Amino acid sequence: MPAKSRSSKKLVVENRKELSRAWKFGDDIDTDAIIPGRFLTINDPKELAKHAFEGVRPDFKPSEGDVVVAGENFGCGSSREHAPLALKGAGIKCVIAKSFARIFFRNSINIGLPMLECKDIDRIADGDILEVEEGLIRNMTKNETYHTTPLPEFLEEIVDSGGLIEYARALIAKEHKAKKNK
Amino acid sequence: MSNDLTLTEKIFSRAAGKPVRAGDFVMASIDRAMTHDITGPLAVEGFYEIMRDEKEKKVWDPDKIVILFDHQVPADSLNAAKNHILLRKFAKEQKIKHFYDLHEGVCHQVMPEKGHVLPGQLVVGSDSHTCAYGALGAFGTGIGSTDMAAVLALGKLWFRVPETIKFVVDGKLGDRVYSKDIILKLIGDVGADGARYKACEYAGDAVHKLDMSQRMTISNMAIEMGGKAGLIEPDKKTDAYVKERNPKYKPDKDLKSDKKAVYSEVREYDISDMPPQVACPHNVDNVVDIGKVEGKKIDQVFLGSCTNGRFEDLKIAAKVMDGRKIAKGIRMIVIPASHTEYMKTLKAGLVEEFMNAGAIVESPCCGPCMGGSFGLLGPGEVGLSTSNRNFKGRQGSPEALVYLCSPATAAASAVKGKITDPRSV
Repeated sequence: MPAKSRSSKKLVVENRKELSRAWKFGDDIDTDAIIPGRFLTINDPKELAKHAFEGVRPDFKPSEGDVVVAGENFGCGSSREHAPLALKGAGIKCVIAKSFARIFFRNSINIGLPMLECKDIDRIADGDILEVEEGLIRNMTKNETYHTTPLPEFLEEIVDSGGLIEYARALIAKEHKAKKNK
Repeated sequence: MSNDLTLTEKIFSRAAGKPVRAGDFVMASIDRAMTHDITGPLAVEGFYEIMRDEKEKKVWDPDKIVILFDHQVPADSLNAAKNHILLRKFAKEQKIKHFYDLHEGVCHQVMPEKGHVLPGQLVVGSDSHTCAYGALGAFGTGIGSTDMAAVLALGKLWFRVPETIKFVVDGKLGDRVYSKDIILKLIGDVGADGARYKACEYAGDAVHKLDMSQRMTISNMAIEMGGKAGLIEPDKKTDAYVKERNPKYKPDKDLKSDKKAVYSEVREYDISDMPPQVACPHNVDNVVDIGKVEGKKIDQVFLGSCTNGRFEDLKIAAKVMDGRKIAKGIRMIVIPASHTEYMKTLKAGLVEEFMNAGAIVESPCCGPCMGGSFGLLGPGEVGLSTSNRNFKGRQGSPEALVYLCSPATAAASAVKGKITDPRSV
């Protein structure tokens, strides 16, 4: 069931000790670059993953647990949730960027693909090996450590309930209960 | 801190049921929700996940939801056909009042045109150009499919109330210079992320002089600078447009930013001497005066989209073409944005004019704009488009180049076969 792939138990990066290869991108990476329009009739993350960055970066063949590292405004453009789904399907465990475009950021939080904001990404090169854990990025290649910006508290609440699907489900159950008790 | 509020803060205060300011996180009630054939299937899937444990799997309000097909119509692949089946079934089962199958047109044209958007409303759509409804003074904003799933179930969604950037645009537009040129200028100026997470508010003489069609073009492209909305304070023209579609509509004089409202930034422009603008590959903020790209040879011209596919746009283009044929060796695709706009175009004799000129006129849909359907560009080809995005690969091959411009510039260029200043033909 796709249900499992679209919700997150917790929006912290799992497998803390896992080493990840960094796939480095520049500023203003748009969602057309992440997944071109002609693949938007596909809804399965694994199938979408086959076309991630097709056209703009044909060598993009990440292993499970790798990370995408980018500059400002990552994910700008279309509202297609297919973009974060394609990255998730490709095994990307989180995206680290200087900043994110708004709709892409929401979509990623909602489907449980962690978005880490970090101002030091210029120090990370393509192919660097990173160890990512809550609040910290260790660059094993350069022997450096960077900090990430924590999520706003309100979003933590959604994340803690397991993503937007679970959050909404709990809210509906609560509303129904309140109606019954009236 | 002053008690004065921006239009955005006022809209969110009403939708959240309590006074809120920029920076606050809120659960806000949605006045209208729109989803389409590309993002709808994932939203429906998410909706049923949310309703998993509920006996009655009903949407929050079938009268407030609009579902339509515009990106891949008529179905251009088996997958598209399957997605259409899924949404038709959903619309029927859920008794969605406003369901438009493939005949009606592009979502952002149909929504205001059918009276589904009112000033002051909070409207969400699972499409990034939902900011277009700002032209009516509504806070329209794009969301993803999981967000839409939550809206279908709850009628509510979380938001961070955005700060507002105010663009004050004064002056008089020159001959054959239009609102598309204004918005390209603004985007080029602030950059692709210049309004990220923020509401854009367009003010000034030059904006309020625009008709509703041209206002929609400006609001539509707020997202291209990262904006969450692209608002224009309602005025008499707005009220007339809305009343024509909702006779009972009563204008609310308070639907405007207060005098001392706090803006994150105010930018002022005088566009009196501004030449036509063109966005060059591969970013919408890569904007130049037309003189810099004049003479660039083109292979295809696309006149249409939610940005510039209205009757008024096509009329401007036809006037510039003035009965002349398109240049040899190029092709031109014209797509009126909706059934209504198509009929106006047809009755005015413009369909015939475009066809005689050598263009093809397609039924209302998104067409080549998102590169998922027909009209794609091949490797090495150059496209000139009145749509809203020129990202690498957006309209087909990643080795194609896409330039964005106004309908007037598109028309002049079609006639000459190269990028041409519409004032020179």
